Amino acid sequence: MSKRKVKDAHLPVGECITQLQKILRERLCNQQLPEKPEGVGAQHKHLLELLRRTAVHGESNSVLIVGPRGAGKTMLLKSVLRELLEEKEVQKNLLQVQLNGLLQTDDRIALKEITRQLHLENVVGDKVFGSFAENLAFLLEALKKGDRSSSRPVLFVLDEFDLFAHHKNQTLLYNLFDVSQSAQAPIAVVGLTCRLDVLELLEKRYIERVQTQLSLPQDFPDEKFAKDWNESVKALCEDKSVEEVLLRHFNCSRDFRSLHMFLMLCLSRVTVAKPVVKAADVLEAGRLCFADAKADMLHGLSILELCLIIAMKHLNDVYEGEPFNLQMVHNEFKKFLQRKSNSMYNFEQPVVLKAFEHLQQLELIRPVDGSSAKTQREYQLMRLMLDNSQIMEALQKYPQCPTDVKQWAMSAFG
Amino acid sequence: MIARLQQTGYEEDRLQRVAKLLPCRELQAGTLLSIMGQPQQYSYPSVFIYGHRASGKSHVMHILLKELELPHATVSCVECVSVALLFEQVLLSFFGCDAASLLPRSPSLSDFVRIYRQQCLEMPAKQTRYVVMEKAELLRDMDANLLPAILRLQELVEDNVTVIFLSEIVWDKFRPNTGCFEPLLLHFPDYSKGELQQILSQDKHPSYSAEFYSSYINILLGVFYSVCRDLRELRHLAALNFSKFCEPLAEGKVKESDTHKLWRNIEPHLKKAMQTVYLREVSSLQWEQMQQVEEKETGPLRGLSAHTHVELPYYSKFLLIAAYLASYNPARTDKRFFLKHHGKIKKTNFLKKNEKTSNHLLGPKPFPLDRLLAIFYSVVDSRVAPTASIFSQISSLVTLQLLTQVSHDDQLDAPKYKCAVSMDFICAISRTVNFDIVKYLYDFL
Repeated sequence: MSKRKVKDAHLPVGECITQLQKILRERLCNQQLPEKPEGVGAQHKHLLELLRRTAVHGESNSVLIVGPRGAGKTMLLKSVLRELLEEKEVQKNLLQVQLNGLLQTDDRIALKEITRQLHLENVVGDKVFGSFAENLAFLLEALKKGDRSSSRPVLFVLDEFDLFAHHKNQTLLYNLFDVSQSAQAPIAVVGLTCRLDVLELLEKRYIERVQTQLSLPQDFPDEKFAKDWNESVKALCEDKSVEEVLLRHFNCSRDFRSLHMFLMLCLSRVTVAKPVVKAADVLEAGRLCFADAKADMLHGLSILELCLIIAMKHLNDVYEGEPFNLQMVHNEFKKFLQRKSNSMYNFEQPVVLKAFEHLQQLELIRPVDGSSAKTQREYQLMRLMLDNSQIMEALQKYPQCPTDVKQWAMSAFG
Repeated sequence: MIARLQQTGYEEDRLQRVAKLLPCRELQAGTLLSIMGQPQQYSYPSVFIYGHRASGKSHVMHILLKELELPHATVSCVECVSVALLFEQVLLSFFGCDAASLLPRSPSLSDFVRIYRQQCLEMPAKQTRYVVMEKAELLRDMDANLLPAILRLQELVEDNVTVIFLSEIVWDKFRPNTGCFEPLLLHFPDYSKGELQQILSQDKHPSYSAEFYSSYINILLGVFYSVCRDLRELRHLAALNFSKFCEPLAEGKVKESDTHKLWRNIEPHLKKAMQTVYLREVSSLQWEQMQQVEEKETGPLRGLSAHTHVELPYYSKFLLIAAYLASYNPARTDKRFFLKHHGKIKKTNFLKKNEKTSNHLLGPKPFPLDRLLAIFYSVVDSRVAPTASIFSQISSLVTLQLLTQVSHDDQLDAPKYKCAVSMDFICAISRTVNFDIVKYLYDFL
C-alpha cells in the first residue's frame, strides 16, 4: 500500500493515524472490553446464569475464577456484568461491592470499604460492634427493603482472592461464605485468583487473536483507510518471519497482557510517515521483548568490573559454585595480571573494593547470609547471580574488549 | 548532528528543544515518546526503565515531561520513608494541596485509591498523567502489596495514568512470588566512550578553547574509563582537576597545542586522584587544599588513607598484633613461632602445603581469649602483669571495631574474638613498635 493511495482518502492521513492510535491504544491498555469475549463462551454462560439467579431470584452463590495472569479473568467478569446490567430488573436490584486484595490489606479496611460502597456510612454512624460478623450482618440488614421480607442481592467481587486468604483468621472470607450458606441475605461472592493451575483454555486461539485485536471496528470514519489498514494487518499475519516471532512469543508466555505489550510496541511505531505496521516493526518489538536484561547491564560495566566478574566465573568453575569473597576474587585477578607483562589494570585494593561494591549494588552478586555486620567487607561471602552463558554473551557484545581479557574468560581454568 | 524527534500531537519547536537538551539519548527519548503517544491518548499502564547509574534515565524523563508540559508527579523512593509521603506527593502534584489534605493519618492504599478516584471525577484527565518513580528498587522493601498495586494503577483508579519506574536493577529482581502485572521494559544503554567525550566536552571553560578542553577530557577518560563509566563521577573529577591541568599554561611554560607536555604534567596527578577523590577518602575541598600545600613543600606525600593514622596505647598495639597473629595463623603453629626451644619440628612437616588456600584469602578465624593473651605475652618485650587494664584495653579494641567478639556476651569465662583489621593496617601498626609481623605469619613463610 503506497502512501499516495492513503492521501486520496477522505480524511487527512494524520487524522486517521490519530484515530487509529486512539482506538487501538484504548484496547491494548485494557480500557475497553472486547465486544464479545472469545474462547470462554461456556464459562461466560455459566457465570452469567449464576449471577442472574442471585440478582433476580435472590439465590446465594459463590464462584471462584481461577486462571493464570493475563488469561482474561477480569475481562470475563466485566463482560458478564455488562451483559447482566443491561437487564432492567437486575439493574435496579443488584448492589455491587468491588474489593481488591492489593488495596484492602486487612479486614478492617475491607469492612470500611464495604460500608462505603453500599453507601451505609450514615446508617452505621458511630455504632460500636462487638464482632466482625455482627457488623457485616448489620450492614446486610440495613439493605432490606421497606417490607423487610427480602433484602436486596449484593454481589461481592474479590480480586486477588488469594491475598484475602492471608488475612488474620480469614474473618472476611469466613463471614461472607457463612452468609451465603445460611441464607441471611442473598449474596454472590466472586473470587478471582491466579494461584491454582488451571486449564489452558486460551492456547489455541492465541495467534488468531492477533488479528481480532488489531482490526478496526466497523464504524471507523474513513472507510478507505480502515480497509487498507485491515488488509495490511492481514498481510502481516501471513508473513513468515512475523509468524515466527509471534510463535516464539507464544512459546514464552501465553497471557494476553504480554501480547498487548508486544502489540503496543508495534503500534507505537506507526506514524504519519509510515502508516502501517511492517514486518520489521514486529521483529524490532520482538527484539525489545526478548532482550536479556542482565546481559544488557553487563554491557555497561567498566573493564575492572568485568574482570572481577570473569574472576568470579573462574572461581565458580573451580570450586563448583561455592561462595567466594573479595580477597579470593582479587587474588584470581592478580594471578591473571601477573601473567601479563603490561600492568595497565594495576589497581589499588580500595579501588577494586569500590568496583566490587558497585556489582553488589547492581545485585549481580549477593551476600550469602545476613550476618554481614560482623565480618569485614573483603571477607564477606558472596554468590554470583549470573551464569556462564550470560557472561560469555556479554563479552561478545562488549565494546572494545581487550583480547587478553577475552582469552582469559575463555580459558578453562583461570 | 541532532536527530529529530517526531511525534504528532506536540509542537515541532518544543520537540526540537527537547532533542537539543538530550545529547546522545535521542533514540531512547524517541522510543519513549512513541510509547507515550499523543497527550490525550492512553499509554501503557506501567513502563520500567532500567540502566546504569547516570545513563540519563531521570534526565530524559524530566526533560520530556517538563518541556512538553505534561501533567506529572516525580517521586523519589529514597525520600518516601513511608507510603503516606508517596501518596501525598502524587495527589499534590495532580490535584493540588486540597486533595493531599484529604488523606487520613497513616493512609492505606485503599484510602489513596479512593481519594484519587474522587478527585478524578472532578478533574478527569485530559492528558495522560505520569507518575515517575525514581530508585524504584526501594519499593520492594515497602509493603508487599504496594508494587503490584502501583503497577496496575491505571486499572485501579480508572484514569488515564501511566507509572514509570526508574531503576538500576533489572526487572527480574522485582517480580513478586505470585507474579504481577508486567510492565513494559525499556533499557537505557550506557554511554560509549565517544558519547562521554562529547557530553563532557560540552561544559568547557569559557577562557579556554573547546579543543583544549576536549583534549583534557580525552586524557581524563584515558585514566578513569577503565574503572568508572559514571558520567556524574567523571564530571566531578573533570571539574576538580582542570585547574591543575591549566597550570603550566598559566605559567607560560607550554602552549595549548603541546598536548604531550600537558599530559606528562597531569597524568600522575590524576592517578593520585583515583586513590583519593574517587574513593571519597578526602572531600573535594580537602583535595583543593592539598594541591596548594603540595606546591609549597615538595616533600614526601603523607599517607592519604585515613586508617593509617589511628593512635593506640602501646599495649593495645601489641594486643592487636597478637590478635592478628591468632586470627591468621593456625593454632598448631604457635609452638614454632613463639617457643624458644620448640624442639625439632621438621620444616617439611611444618609447612603442610596441602592447605592450599591461604588464610589471607579466607579471612580471620576466631580464637579464644587464652590464646590471645599467650601470644601477647610472648610478643611484647617487657614483662606485663595480667591486670584489669589489659582486659579493659581488649574491650576497648572491641568498641573501636578493631576486634569483633564472636561468641555471645553471656560467655564470660571463654570469650572468642576475631581480628577485623586489614594487612596494611597491621603492618603500619607494627612498624610503629618495631615489630616485624611478616616474619610471624604462616602465610608468608
